[in-house]
Order: sequence, then structure tokens, then C-alpha cells
Amino acid sequence: MEWFARLGRSTLETLAGVGRAAYVLFGALVARPQLKNIPLTIKQIYFVGVQSLLIIVVSGAFIGMVMALQGYTVLVDYGAEESLGPMVALSLLRELGPVVTALLFAGRAGSALTAEIGLMKATEQLSSLEMMAVDPLRRVIAPRLWAGIIAMPMLAVIFSAVGILGGQVVGVDWLGVDAGSYWSVMQASVEFEKDVGNGIIKSLVFAVIVTWIAVFKGYDSVPTSEGISKATTETVVYSSLAVLGVDFVLTALMFGTH
Amino acid sequence: MNSRKVEVLVGIFVAIAAAALIMLALKVADRGISGNGETYVLKAKFDNIGGLKVRSPIKVGGVVVGRVGSISLDEDDFSPVVTLVIGKEFDKFPATSSVSILTSGLLGEQYIGLQPGFMLEEDDVLKPGQFIEDTKSALVLEDLIGQFLFSRGND
Repeated sequence: MEWFARLGRSTLETLAGVGRAAYVLFGALVARPQLKNIPLTIKQIYFVGVQSLLIIVVSGAFIGMVMALQGYTVLVDYGAEESLGPMVALSLLRELGPVVTALLFAGRAGSALTAEIGLMKATEQLSSLEMMAVDPLRRVIAPRLWAGIIAMPMLAVIFSAVGILGGQVVGVDWLGVDAGSYWSVMQASVEFEKDVGNGIIKSLVFAVIVTWIAVFKGYDSVPTSEGISKATTETVVYSSLAVLGVDFVLTALMFGTH
Repeated sequence: MNSRKVEVLVGIFVAIAAAALIMLALKVADRGISGNGETYVLKAKFDNIGGLKVRSPIKVGGVVVGRVGSISLDEDDFSPVVTLVIGKEFDKFPATSSVSILTSGLLGEQYIGLQPGFMLEEDDVLKPGQFIEDTKSALVLEDLIGQFLFSRGND
């Protein structure tokens, strides 16, 4: 009997959490847009986008370089090193660009969002806003959500572009793949709508997931130092798992069938 | 951090993202050069198209002049019909031209090679929508080995 009670309690708690998360997303996004909040959103784009640029560019360059190096050692055995270009470009555009950007974003910006909002809650700034008849969902949560949703697809595009250039540095300049065939074979096999477009759609979906989890975990955290630390950890763990799981579904839908 | 500086940095960030997207579009996906531009359509009927795919290139002497638009099956004689989408600037192919399905390299992708024929009369060119009569099908490895073994057996 105790077992059933535990099961029922955890089910109800999970459902209540999903409901609160949906309420946060609905209250922040669906509410009538307020033009005076646009400067706040721009400031948040600076925090989550511009400040993530360094880690995105550096990891994009190194991932592109490593892929060129590893791909070359396999492809050269079959005399197919011309296919290095499409290999690097397609894996970056379809998978690594959106996914790695989302994982890095969750660690770099998502955890910061959770900690910031959690501390606002712990120091009762959110309650003070409500006392002044300012809806914290619109004033605090909405700019951060929009900033994440706007910034992450841009970061993913930058990641892919830098990675392809990094692959060129290793593949063409160091390992000696012909520059013309690196680019032209890539151009022959990359389609703009299918590969670039679907990659952007993917990173848009990941942006919603990661930023949503981040702001909700902060908004819903237990307002103590221990609660904030737990919420920050949960943000990174949950959004990484969600991104990897959703990525499989999206890949199956987009590229699974011909 | 004053808001002016934040705005400038966000503007630079957006510009970098736009530049990256344009690079992906033009340099990686090669859009804008082959994507738009006036085209016309020719058709060709083959016995066997092998591994030919939609968007496979059509080459004249190695120069890409168009791409395969669609592949369908003729409902009367069950032979594949390939639609060739060719750039408008290459609209002077003689009606006696022939097309064959070729393979780039030993294991490479398959493409359509267009061999221009002789111009018998002045305006005897392939018109949009016209079928190219002279076609050579793809080389199927199994058929080739079968023929080789057959000819060995006769010796």
C-alpha cells in the first residue's frame, strides 16, 4: 500500500511540475508583447549570446579540425579523401552544430540563468516585483526566454561555419586535400533547405528546450543556497538529456527516410 | 556596462551570425549560383538508370549544365523516364544529341553525360520538353560480370 502511495505521490508531483513549467512558458511567451521590454531582451542576448561566442567559436574550430583529421585517416585508405568536405560539412550542419551548441549553451548560459533567477527568488526580488504589480514572468522570465531562443540558432550557425573553416585548415592546408575538391564536392552534396535549414530548425527546438528548462528550474527552485545549487545542476543534466533525446527524434523525422 | 555598448556588441553578434549563414548558403551549399536561374526541361527514356538520383549532375564534356529534376516510370512500357533540368544558356543542343549514364571514378556517384550530336539543319535543336532519342543505360556491375563469364565460357 505504501508503494502505491509513493507512486501516486511522485506521479502527482511530476504532473504538477509539468503544469508549473507550462504555466511559466505560457505566461512568459503568450502574454501580450511589451515593447518596453525589448531593451531588456537585447541586454539578455548580450549575456547569453555574445558572452557565449568565445566558447562556441573555439569549440567549433577544434571540433571541425578533429573531424577533418579523423575523417582523413579513414577516407585516405579508400582514396576517397575528396569526400572529406561533405563529411565535415554534413555532420556539422545536421548534428554537431545544433547539438554541441545546445550542450555548451546549457552549461555556459543555462546554468547562469537558473542561478540568477534562483537567487532573485531567494532574495525575494521576484516577490517584490509582484508587490509592485509587475508580473515577474513578463519582466524577468520573458526577456531571458526570448534571448535564448534568438541567440542559440545564431550560435549554432556560427559554430557550423567555424567548424567547416577549421576542417579546411586541417584537411586542405595541413593534410593536403585539394582545396577545389574540398569545397566543390561539399557544394554538390549539401542542400540549403535540407541540411542548413533543418539544422536551424533543430537548434531552434533545442533553444526552446534548454532556455525553458533553465528559466523554469530557477523560477521553481527552493529559495535556499542548497536549492539553487540543486536547480543549477538539474538544469544542465535535464537539458543535456532532453537535447540528446529530442535530437534522435528530430533526426529520425528529418533524415530518417529518403 | 552601459546599454549603448551592449547594443553595439549585440549588433556585431547578429552581423557575425548573418555572415556565417551567408557563408553556409553561398560557399557550403552553393545556393544562388545553381539554385535560381532560368532553366528548361528535356526528357530521356532509359532501360536502366542504375544509381542515378534526383539532383545528379548533367555534364557535357565534364562541364555541369544542369541537374536531374525528377525520375519516374513510364506506365506503358515500364521504363524509367528522367527529366533533365538544363540551364537556359545551354539551349542549342542538336536534336541528334545522345545521353548516357556514367560513373565518376570507380565508385563515385552517377551522372548523366550529354554528348552533343551533329547539327544537320540550322534550327534542328532540342526543344523544351522534347525526348532525347539516343540513350545509353547505366552499367550494372552484375550484368557486366555475367557477360564476361559468358564470353569466357565460349572460348
